[in-house]
Parts: sequence; C-alpha cells; structure tokens
Amino acid sequence: MATIANAIEGKHDEPITVSYEHPWVVRFAHWVNAVAVLVMITSGLQCFLAFPSFGPKIPQQNFAVIPPKAITLGGWLGGSLQWHFTFMWFFMGSGLLYVIYQAVSGHWRQVLFMPRDIKGVWPMARHYFFFGKKPPVEAAYNPLQKLAYTSTLFFGVLSTLTGLVLWKPVQFGWLTFLFGGFTLTRVWHFISMCGFVAFIPGHLIMVALHGWNNFYSMITGYKRAPEYID
Amino acid sequence: MADQPQPPKQEGQPGAPEPAADPSSEPSKNESAERREAASPRFGPAGEPVRDVSSKESKRLSRRELLKVAPVIALGAFAVTKWQQPLLNKGYAFSDWAAGELFGRHRLARTFSDNEVAPLARFPYNYYDVLDPDVDLDTWTLTVEGLVQHPGDYKLEQIMAFPKVVQNTRHVCVEGWDVIGNFGGTRASDFLRSIGADLTARYLEAECTDSYYESIDMATILHPQTLFCYEMYGKPLDRGHGAPLRLQMPTKLGYKQAKYLDTIRVTNVLKGGRQGYWEDQGYDWYGGL
Repeated sequence: MATIANAIEGKHDEPITVSYEHPWVVRFAHWVNAVAVLVMITSGLQCFLAFPSFGPKIPQQNFAVIPPKAITLGGWLGGSLQWHFTFMWFFMGSGLLYVIYQAVSGHWRQVLFMPRDIKGVWPMARHYFFFGKKPPVEAAYNPLQKLAYTSTLFFGVLSTLTGLVLWKPVQFGWLTFLFGGFTLTRVWHFISMCGFVAFIPGHLIMVALHGWNNFYSMITGYKRAPEYID
Repeated sequence: MADQPQPPKQEGQPGAPEPAADPSSEPSKNESAERREAASPRFGPAGEPVRDVSSKESKRLSRRELLKVAPVIALGAFAVTKWQQPLLNKGYAFSDWAAGELFGRHRLARTFSDNEVAPLARFPYNYYDVLDPDVDLDTWTLTVEGLVQHPGDYKLEQIMAFPKVVQNTRHVCVEGWDVIGNFGGTRASDFLRSIGADLTARYLEAECTDSYYESIDMATILHPQTLFCYEMYGKPLDRGHGAPLRLQMPTKLGYKQAKYLDTIRVTNVLKGGRQGYWEDQGYDWYGGL
C-alpha cells in the first residue's frame, strides 16, 4: 500500500513493483474498438429507427422496443449510415489487429473460453452475483472473464459477417444464404449488437470495482503493485 | 516481496521494496505466504513480467507506453464540428470505393421462384415527392443524350423491341426492408449497345419526370440483371411504380432505381456535379448490394 502512495506522490524514489499487463497492440486495439463499438451501436440504432421492424414493409409491424432518439447518432438515416460505414473500418480493423496479435503471440490461450472452463463459470458467477466465496485465482483470467471476453469476440465476428451481408447481400450471396436470407440477417445483426450492450455494463462495473490502478494498466500497460504480488 | 532475491538485470535498483500487503485480502495470508515460498513471483499468473523499479523509472515507462496508444486520440477529430463532415465523407467514399471493388460484373443476384414473390399489393410504393407525376403515357419518349452514336427520343415500343427479361429478384430499401418482386424489361446493356453508347463511359445519368435524378456506374448498368423495366407482375408498370419506364437493378439499393424515366445520359462527368437526389443529401453514391 505504501508503494502505491509513493508512486502517486512521486516524491520518494522508493522502488515499486510493476507488472507489464497489456502489450501496446492490445491497448491500442482496445481503445479504438471501444470508440468504434460505441459509434456502431448508436449510429446503428438510428439506422434501425428508419424501419424499426424485422418484418415486411407492408404491413409494417414495429418492434416492441423502439430506441429513444437520445441514444442515437447521426440525426437521420443518411447521417447514421455515414457514421456506421466509416466506423465499421475502425471496428473491423481493431478487431482484426487484436485477433492477429493474440494468434501470433499465443496469448489467446489465456483468454479464449475452452470447454474445460465451463465448470468454473458458476462458482465465479456465484461469487460476483450472490456473494459466494471467491474461487482461488488460478490463471490470468477466470472462467467467467474468459466467457465474457470470448463472447465479445463471437459477437464481433457475428456483427461483422451479418453486417457484410446487410451491406452487400448480392456480393456475399453465400453468406446471405447461410444466415437465412436478408430479412433474418437483420435479426442476427441486431442480436450481435445486444451482445455488446450486455457486455459493456458488466465490463464497466468490473473496471470500476478494480480501481484506478487496474484501469491505468489498460492505458500504459503497467500495473503498479499488482494484487497477486504480496 | 522483501525476501525475494532481486534480479540483477534491473538498472537503478536501490534494493528490495517494502512488502505491499493488501489489507483487503485477509483470508489469503497463509496462502500468500505459501506462494511466496513456492515460486518466485517474477511473472504474474498470465506470464506477464513483474519487476521492481524506482518510481522515477516507473513514470518514465508509463510515459513511453502512453505515447504508443496516444494515436487513438486522433479519433477525437470526428468530434470536432469543423472536421466531422469532411471526415465522414472520406470514410463514406472509402466504403464506396471498396463496394466498387467488391462488385462482380458477372455475379448474379439471387432469383426466386414465383411462390416466393410478394403479392403486388404488398410491394411498397416509394416516392419522394408525388406518387403520380402525371406522365402523358401516349406521347412519352425516352430522351437519350451524351456519349451515344444515336441520341434522340425513343418510343416505348422501340425499347420493348429487345428480348424481354423477366426476373424475380429482391428489392432492398436503404431503410432496411426488402421485398421480392417480379420485374420485366429490356436489358439496359442490350439497349445501350444498339444505340452505340460508349460503354467505357463512367456513368449513366437518369432524369425523371418528378424531377428525381440519379447517376449509376457503368459496370452496374452493363450487369446482365440491370433492366429498363416496363412491367411488374406481367402487367405494364402502374403509375405509382414509375410508368412507363424505370430502372431495375437487383444489385443496387432502392433509391438508385429511378422511376418515371424521362432522360438518360451516358457521360464521364456528372451534370452540375449532381450525384442523385438522395445522394446529394447524404446517402452514399454507390448504393450497391
């Protein structure tokens, strides 16, 4: 604790323990992606407002939930499409950068949810949501974290593929067919958005609970006095 | 921590740091003591390197690492009012360029069987101004201008003289809805070839009786499923759907498919720099599927 205080004050040149948590490629991809996801969701909702339905035009039956204008971006369909079709490149680019880095570095082993992680999900969820005992820390990411991060990867791929179909249903005709046609693909695209919307609050709450020091490591890569060193 | 041997590789290492016991982790005291003895904690659980540095060095490292992610701030340019629209136009233009590259000249849009076609009554009328601009169908002609050997006014019968193509294709609106319809007409490429149009030109411009206007890339115009459409569901186009002649391109969004055609022009330069009615307000020019 004293080391953290020193580090913050910066007066005494006492040594502090630091760990290098996140390589810069991961941090860079994370923040570009964070901005892009926000823009994609808000502009996407404005696109949805142009035809807030998953059925035919005639007769039009609007979806039960109509997103409020306040959480949309672009002002009208033309504006939101400009945001959507600009930031899709940042979204896809940052995702691709991250995936390539994880694959090449071998770090995917730490974060990718595997069948062996299934049994650890419930104890972790019980700890977080029902005040259960905290399972011992065994790896970089606990099973619930792996599930959460891997699910964003899944929804990222799903939103990209379904987005390609909605953008170019003829050029990606085989994908359109795979997703069950154009109309149904809009549903999958919407669900992938819901996946991100479900992830974000949980993610932000966990970040808030783990404090500034942890958050800081996603910016500079370094975590001061990491919790696993005592 | 204090009883760990310090690695010699670190520069400016004044000595062992104080143990940074976390008071919040009460129950793990025994466990942590075990861990301390069991393994050297020079790596975290993810194999991330852990080391002791002076706070000065720590600041230097943080600053260096901060610079590496600083380019992300460039995205903030999208929040600057003055730059926002120019940047979005660039992004949109890039997507349009990519769309043009993705376009397969011989890749056909899926066609559907007759029982997958929506009834005519459920094929929406979409218009921007008036549903029926009062085209005089008896005296109507299509004016052809620009880079063609035989410009002039063409009667509907002259356009209908070519082999009729009938197709069940999907009509996709930029709003997100889609509908499968039945369309009949003359292949645009058949007509343009017969009048000696310059097929290497960049655009076909269309002007409509309701003062709607459009411009389409030549590659799409020459696509085998691009029609000068005069029939829907086996009957002459009704006034709401663009009588007597409209563009029908299953490789383009709905707003590109100009109705009530009045004049077409083969050109390399868009007249007055105008791209299209909706495009000039913000929709993307390519509008391809």
